Amino acid sequence: MTSLANAFTLVAVGCGALLFLAGTLGLLRFPDTLSRLHALSKADNLGLGLIVLGLLPQAESFAGGLKLVCVWLLAQISAATASQLIAGVLYRRKSRP
Amino acid sequence: MADLFTGAALFILTVTALGLFKVLRSEIAVERMMAVQLLGTGGAAAVLLLGAATSSPAMTDVALLLMLLAAVSCAAFTSGQSSHTADASEQAEDEA
Repeated sequence: MTSLANAFTLVAVGCGALLFLAGTLGLLRFPDTLSRLHALSKADNLGLGLIVLGLLPQAESFAGGLKLVCVWLLAQISAATASQLIAGVLYRRKSRP
Repeated sequence: MADLFTGAALFILTVTALGLFKVLRSEIAVERMMAVQLLGTGGAAAVLLLGAATSSPAMTDVALLLMLLAAVSCAAFTSGQSSHTADASEQAEDEA
């Protein structure tokens, strides 16, 4: 049973790390700020989600696993609101003549 | 298993550093603000992996704190931006 959990952890953490790479590549290559912001927050969040998913079987206790999920939930909420706020600032500044 | 986590954490830190290098060099304030977001997420992921590698559950709290700091600083930045009117330095950013 543990080899299955370890295999799942390997795959999930690997995909999470790859997504971080994709997020950063998106950050480097995209033309304007808004698309960079999009690439940054979306890919990093999913990368973090996959890493948390991969670490769940390794967590010592149920509470530890729950705290891992809380980290991901906080990441989702904070990144979403922060991106909206930053995009709002950018949009307000661009819309003024 | 543990050294694999450490390797993954190292990989994520180098990728985050690469992104930081690009984001911190741009002159647009908003992009420099995104560095905080990048550090929050990348740092939290690296800390989580290192916590799993050294099997110390306290690292999850560190990751929680990092995420919270990133969110709060972004909110502070935006509330600071919208209150004062655009002065000369911001006009330069408008063209950028």
